[in-house]
Amino acid sequence: MAAPIIELKDVTKRYGALAAVERLSLSVEPGSFTALLGGSGSGKTTALKMINGLVTPDGGEIRVEGRAVPAESGPLLRRRIGYVFQEIGLFPHMTVAENIAVGPRLAGWERPRIAARTAELLALVALPAEVAERLPAALSGGQRQRVGVARALAAQPAIMLMDEPFGALDPVTRDALGRDYRALHESLGLTTLMVTHDVWEALLLADRIVVLDAGQMLADATPAALLAGHADERVRALMETPRRQAERVRQLAGASG
Amino acid sequence: MDPRIAAAWALLPDYLGQHVLVSAAALVLGLAISLPLAVFAYRSAAVRWPSLLVASLVQTIPSLALLALFYPLLLALSAVSRAVLGHGFAALGFLPSLLALTLYSMLPILRNGVAGLSGVDPAIVEAARGMGMTDRQRLFQVELPLAAPVIMAGVRTAAVWTIGAATLATPVGQTSLGNYIFAGLQTENWVFVLFGCGASAGLALAADQLLGLIESGLAARRRWRVWAGAAGLVIGTLAALAPLAGVGGPSARYVIGAKNFTEQYILVEVIADRLRTVDAAVQRKEDLGSSIAYDAVKSGELDAYVDYSGTLWANVLKRTDNPGRAAVLSELTTELKRRDGVVVLGSLGFENAYALAMPRAKAEALQIKTLGDLAAHAGELTMGADLEFLSRPEWAAVRDAYGLKFRRQVQYQPTFMYRAIASGQADVISAFSSDGRIAADDLVVLDDPRHALPPYDAVLLVSPKRATDARLVGALKPLIGKIPVEAMRAANQSVDRDANKSSPAQAAKALEQKLGF
Repeated sequence: MAAPIIELKDVTKRYGALAAVERLSLSVEPGSFTALLGGSGSGKTTALKMINGLVTPDGGEIRVEGRAVPAESGPLLRRRIGYVFQEIGLFPHMTVAENIAVGPRLAGWERPRIAARTAELLALVALPAEVAERLPAALSGGQRQRVGVARALAAQPAIMLMDEPFGALDPVTRDALGRDYRALHESLGLTTLMVTHDVWEALLLADRIVVLDAGQMLADATPAALLAGHADERVRALMETPRRQAERVRQLAGASG
Repeated sequence: MDPRIAAAWALLPDYLGQHVLVSAAALVLGLAISLPLAVFAYRSAAVRWPSLLVASLVQTIPSLALLALFYPLLLALSAVSRAVLGHGFAALGFLPSLLALTLYSMLPILRNGVAGLSGVDPAIVEAARGMGMTDRQRLFQVELPLAAPVIMAGVRTAAVWTIGAATLATPVGQTSLGNYIFAGLQTENWVFVLFGCGASAGLALAADQLLGLIESGLAARRRWRVWAGAAGLVIGTLAALAPLAGVGGPSARYVIGAKNFTEQYILVEVIADRLRTVDAAVQRKEDLGSSIAYDAVKSGELDAYVDYSGTLWANVLKRTDNPGRAAVLSELTTELKRRDGVVVLGSLGFENAYALAMPRAKAEALQIKTLGDLAAHAGELTMGADLEFLSRPEWAAVRDAYGLKFRRQVQYQPTFMYRAIASGQADVISAFSSDGRIAADDLVVLDDPRHALPPYDAVLLVSPKRATDARLVGALKPLIGKIPVEAMRAANQSVDRDANKSSPAQAAKALEQKLGF
């Protein structure tokens, strides 16, 4: 087994008396696609943001690529990690190309290399080259999140952290974008950690699902294993809905075929 | 062209240049302080509330008072600096105006700065952090560009306020477009007042429109508009300042002060004409308050000005007795020299005394001839006074000597004080004995049998550092004892009358001609 690229040991974060994350331990292997699944208040976003230093843990230990997180300056750490979230946060005063160029610029790349990379990324996230000079306000929601993904990938990070990345999109766009991203994950050899509350999304995209509830880990298994059954009542209940829906779809497909 | 409009135009390059200089400097300084403060306030609540509170409090101080307060403060600082470092600095004019206007410009920039930065979408701030920007990179690449339109709106407000308030810098010795307004108000030259208002409004509008161009350019991300607005501001400022840079010519320059009434404006012109005969130029500082003028001549910021013996007697020496005209003058001369080194060059030859005056018809009807007679009727009468009189020791002396207790006391700017007595809104006023309007309005001056009011000989004061300046003293000395009260009164009246008005400069020329200079 390869050395873990991300490692959490007994990590705790409290907001006042409330524990957002309670003694969470997790090892992520390079090249894996892991979903952090849970409802609101489960601590999944807090856990994610502690990995790139946006949130500082109260206790425990976090290592990214072998280095302890607090030992390194936050900005330098974050430049090595791609970050995509539901609200996207494209800079409205910059064109699409300028938005994508932010990471490479922070990393000190030369202009020609940045220009080439921008063109390459637009193609990679399936956007036409002419959107490069548009402002974000002129794009559709799906196009904006494609730019968000391109911007996160621009400085060639090995790790991608995604917080409900496709949550605000319509189902068709969401499915297309999810599949496109999964393909990018494979072809670029990324390590992806994705927070979601959507069981379907976790099952269809991830290799591994970590179920969180009230800041604690309930389950950690492959999608297939989770669907097959789990000792914890709450995990079984969580898997019940997709299983029933899948069954119904299969019946419908069989009846028509 | 109307000669008054021509006179106003002739003064415009100097007034406008000075006005632009002080307001632009205040705005730049205000921006340099408020913008970093807004960033600190945005990041820390501990800075936010105190700084916004202080800026709001400053805004509640009337702007004229704020300007006036900086003068004694700077005077004290200058004295400390002279004692410690051996160098003082000018407490009058540019510096107090700059500081007061800077404070005044801060609130809108600070408030809009905090609002603009706080208004940046949190998702965008999170994206900037998530991308690995440092706090500084986030500020300059994301937060400030996005807050810029809101900040610029604050800068526009500050610019309009500052340009408007700069007209009030005139009484602390900073030449501005307010010189038109203050002098015009005093000499009832409404052309000047309107000209001053128009010029300052025009300047404010121009600055507002150019800043607006920058603001809209920032909001719409049109770079050419930002550049056009900025270029317009820079070119306009430089063009307005150009006349100030062209100062040269005469070999010496003296700073002559004037208080805020007609006689003083005329005397400044007379002094300027005298100095011109010895090839020296004059810089005028007009519309000064009484104590500001004396402090300024004492510290050497003014080289000379005309004051009145009784005023100095009561306000500087704090005397309440009245040993007679000659004794007051000689004792004043020795005392001012001893205490402050200020030289009393001598009396110009006339008195401009504070005197209580009434319309002749009313005085005769009530059989009032003296202040003692007045006391018996004071309870039914309204007293109109100029802005200084009621807070001066002379008033306390008269009031207590005769037991004066009026039904009502109202303060007016001197011009309006005469208007008030003419229209019956005031029954008695604190008139000036050399004022042409006493005769013109058919007023009678009430006798002061107890000599509660001191004599008010017009005296020429010279600052300690010019005491041995032969050119200045030589040019001014011939004026001593030469101006009779009738001549001064006629000159004053020629400026104050409603029709066929002279400018102070014209009145000065006529006076000089009459006196044979």
